[in-house]
Amino acid sequence: MRTKSYIPYLQVAPLAFVFGAFLVVPILTIIVVSFWDYDFARIIPDFVLTNYQELLSSPVTLRTYLNTLRYAAIVWAVTLVIGFTVAYFLAFHVRSDTWQTACFLICTVPFLTSNIIRMISWIPFLGRNGLLNSALLGAGIVNEPLEFLLFSDFAVILAFVHLYTLFMIVPIFNSMMRIDRSLIEAAYDAGASGLQVLVNIIIPLCKPGIAIGSIFVVTLVMGDFITVRFMSGGQSASVGLMMSNAISLMQYPAAAANAVILLALVLLMVGAMMRIVDIRQEL
Amino acid sequence: MHGRKRPKSFYLLGAFFILFVLFLYGPMSTIFILSFQGPEGGLTFPMRGVSLTWFRNLLEKQMVGDFAGSFTRSFVLGIIVMFLTVAISLSGGLAFRHRFRGASVIFYLAIASLIVPSILISLGIGLQFRIIGWDTTWYGSALGAHLTWTLPFGLLIMFAVFNRFNKSYEEAARDLGASPWQVIRHVVIPITLPSLIGIALFGLTLSYDEFARTLMTAGTDNTLPLEIYAMTTNVTTPVLYALGTVTSAFSFLIIVLALGAVTFLRWRRARHGSDAGKGV
Repeated sequence: MRTKSYIPYLQVAPLAFVFGAFLVVPILTIIVVSFWDYDFARIIPDFVLTNYQELLSSPVTLRTYLNTLRYAAIVWAVTLVIGFTVAYFLAFHVRSDTWQTACFLICTVPFLTSNIIRMISWIPFLGRNGLLNSALLGAGIVNEPLEFLLFSDFAVILAFVHLYTLFMIVPIFNSMMRIDRSLIEAAYDAGASGLQVLVNIIIPLCKPGIAIGSIFVVTLVMGDFITVRFMSGGQSASVGLMMSNAISLMQYPAAAANAVILLALVLLMVGAMMRIVDIRQEL
Repeated sequence: MHGRKRPKSFYLLGAFFILFVLFLYGPMSTIFILSFQGPEGGLTFPMRGVSLTWFRNLLEKQMVGDFAGSFTRSFVLGIIVMFLTVAISLSGGLAFRHRFRGASVIFYLAIASLIVPSILISLGIGLQFRIIGWDTTWYGSALGAHLTWTLPFGLLIMFAVFNRFNKSYEEAARDLGASPWQVIRHVVIPITLPSLIGIALFGLTLSYDEFARTLMTAGTDNTLPLEIYAMTTNVTTPVLYALGTVTSAFSFLIIVLALGAVTFLRWRRARHGSDAGKGV
């Protein structure tokens, strides 16, 4: 194409500026500050390892990381099963394009509304006097209201699944729509059962979508603090919550050290998942 | 597969899908109903009468903090983020149609921007501004923080658009003597307009609802999500639900407007049709 060689650089400059100023520099700042010292009111430029030493020697840190990983694992498994099933229904069972688009939109619209409001909306449902408890009491299934429904690990995981399942649905649906339908017809003609088609054709061809969805869900859960704080009522811990507590106490270098460890962990996990998929080919 | 009788699995999966949709929208619809709770009513059912008390409460400043101010800030910020996201994504998408040095670096930065936890962006920008000695503001640092979340989506949508873009339209325009700017203005933008509206929708709504990236970057004036979060810790009346209803209705209005615009464009395109061959 006849384009002057400097044009692409001009076109990409604003993008490069935003990522440089608001992604690269902030991350570098976090890395630098994680070696700084602090007292109750200030952060002091220095080079100390105490922030890391304190974090790594505390049993609370390990427990918090394990708890966060546990959330990530459970939420990943649940969203994968629900997301795959919903995407499968949309891609292979809904026949008209209009219905397919409509159902797809129904699944994606909540992504564009407030996460906090979506969490708040569980209160009248799960609370002590909520709809679920009233129904269970009314039906005589339980004798007193269940306390574990709201402000518990159960509520945290429920909210995560509620918020993030569509991050699984969209990429898996995208992968499914690219599967050549004649492959499936051929398998059926050759005598394959529905289950064999699912296991030997659809699931392998959906791997890129599953990987992208997993990357989204795992990173969102690993970095979360608001869902855990709100839905557990402050009773459960996560790495993000630990950081945000340090931030509210103005212990920025401690929060920064924790951020560096979290970032390294998240990048390792993403790196492992990226081996399955070349993202550039998926667009 | 068409024309066959629907298998049993269709009904099972269909039931699963309906349950999933109920799971998605059920809780939201309960707070919608409860926001019309009577003045004596509480945070859960039963409804004690029906009233607009809690919506009226929302407008009284002293009751719930600064709803009007925070809404205005969030809306203005969302509009700014929307325009910048569309412009920067389109421009970046155009750049990626050519080879240039550093293309893969920018691409991986966009991916990194999606996967780096929001609280890190928030903390990093907050610290960065603090060290430089600048004040964090919703129209400065928070704007940058929001762009790191909306731009990757915009850029990825542009990639998908240009992967399917037929270059012969541009070549035809150039052959007819159009300047590069005219090609973009009269060929590229009109063809990609539905996707650009999609990017605008993402930019506006994601910014309007963003919490974590705003937490340490908004400075002294709260945006709406920060205000709502503050309310969850100290408000125990249905005014919280009224706020939820108003802000969700606002999001839905924007979504409907965007979808309406896209549908209208499709309809107009279909009605005018292609004039290919009509000159013969």
